[in-house]
Amino acid sequence: MTDAVLSIRKASKTFGARRALDAVSLDVRKGEMIALIGPSGSGKSTLLRSISGLQTIDGGEGVIQAFGDPVQEHGRISGGVRKTRTRIGFIAQQFNLVGRISLFTNVALGSLGRIEAWRGFFGLWPEETKTAAMAALVRVGVADYAAQRANTLSGGQQQRGAIARALVQKAKIILADEPVASLDPVAARKVMESLRDLNKQDGLTVIVTLHQVDYALRYCERVVALKAGKIVYDGPASGLKTSQLIDIYGPEFEDVFWEGAPQ
Amino acid sequence: MTTVQPAAAEIPRPPQRTLVQRAPDILIWGAVIAVLLFSVGPVNIGHFTKLFSNAENMREFAKDFVHPKWDLLPLYIQQMILTIQIAMWGTALAVLIAIPFGLACARNVSPVWLQQPMRLLMNLLRSIPDLVVGTLFIVAVGLGPFAGVMALALNTGGVLAKLFSEAVESIDKGPVEGVRATGATKLHEVIWGVIPQVGPLWTSYALYRFESNSRSATVLGLIGAGGIGQLLFETLNAFDYQHLSAIVIVIIVAVTLIDLLSQLMRSRLL
Repeated sequence: MTDAVLSIRKASKTFGARRALDAVSLDVRKGEMIALIGPSGSGKSTLLRSISGLQTIDGGEGVIQAFGDPVQEHGRISGGVRKTRTRIGFIAQQFNLVGRISLFTNVALGSLGRIEAWRGFFGLWPEETKTAAMAALVRVGVADYAAQRANTLSGGQQQRGAIARALVQKAKIILADEPVASLDPVAARKVMESLRDLNKQDGLTVIVTLHQVDYALRYCERVVALKAGKIVYDGPASGLKTSQLIDIYGPEFEDVFWEGAPQ
Repeated sequence: MTTVQPAAAEIPRPPQRTLVQRAPDILIWGAVIAVLLFSVGPVNIGHFTKLFSNAENMREFAKDFVHPKWDLLPLYIQQMILTIQIAMWGTALAVLIAIPFGLACARNVSPVWLQQPMRLLMNLLRSIPDLVVGTLFIVAVGLGPFAGVMALALNTGGVLAKLFSEAVESIDKGPVEGVRATGATKLHEVIWGVIPQVGPLWTSYALYRFESNSRSATVLGLIGAGGIGQLLFETLNAFDYQHLSAIVIVIIVAVTLIDLLSQLMRSRLL
């Protein structure tokens, strides 16, 4: 596959006695929008955090590569991870914006990986960063709040700010870890629509972990389901059957549909 | 109407702590009382009767105290300002010391090989009394305020480094990871992820130490570090209680003002 952007081979991660990831292998092609679903503790977040090198996987044969460069192997984060990270935007459930600085500055931080380090130290953003930051804020619809401190904004506004930061980063892949879990349904839809828009318009590869299976089915073409650290389904969203959902989530699988289970 | 009351025999007894459960309490309180009793002799508790038999002396002392002499007030104010200047410079240098060392002591920012020696060093700075450090600097730079500044800077630097590092250890790691995920360097993570989170707390700690340093700077006068403290001890040694009283009042007013001002600033920060 020439258009593969992510390649995960036999990634395992153990926390104490618990196996969060159990020899997970996954290939992601450019421009895909993938939902990662599964019950709490199934390893969704662990997988995303490992792809971004925010967390190590167990030593051994596990390898994670992005754009053909290693992110980590043999249980060690690769030395060149910083360069790779600039091309991977990471969106977290708790937004991970810096609360006391302005939304604009938070978004401008996205350029830290490509501007001169000293400019980054003092916040002397080059003109290119400033334009990119404002354009990104307009794109996700929160430009009006650019001057406000991030912690004065609502959850949905902050999450769209986080997406803007990934845009300024010029990320080619966006990893979104439960991006809508702390949002109300209206804000959640806006965030999901922003992500889908980036996928469709800009051809970004998006991997999003979701608790809400209906969101996964509505916004993503490919669904990967994890259960106890193993991939139990990998295929088109349309192919996911109720019997498989029961297998993944147990008999109370309706609970994972936010806006009602399909009949 | 019949309510179902359990028979008296069925009602369980309220929980009671056994002697074994109470033993630690009894032991601790017993030990505290024993130590206090043992210390009666060494601290001359028996002398408390002198509070009454020597009441005349105290009255004499107090009489001078309620009649402060204000003829040297301009000098006192000038020296008080000098003391505050010592405290300000001492605290400012301490903050400069504490920022890098505080970060170097923090478990979640600095690697273990750096953290442990830095913690030891800061412990050392903290545990040497500023009077001793001050004496050392008087030997080095001579009598005067600069020795006081250095003494405060080192001691407070050690204290602030510890407080700063504890603030850093309690931050939310989410924003730091947010910055890291953009491909930023470690220093960028600290500047944009850590410092904005601890800024208000750090400032608050620094202001608080400035408050206590303006008191410490007074005491440093004892070893000849200048300022109002030196005047205080000279006057005390001359048994000139009327002037002493005036000096004490100047100190109380100044320290209270600084406390108020700094509390005001701190409450706006957090």
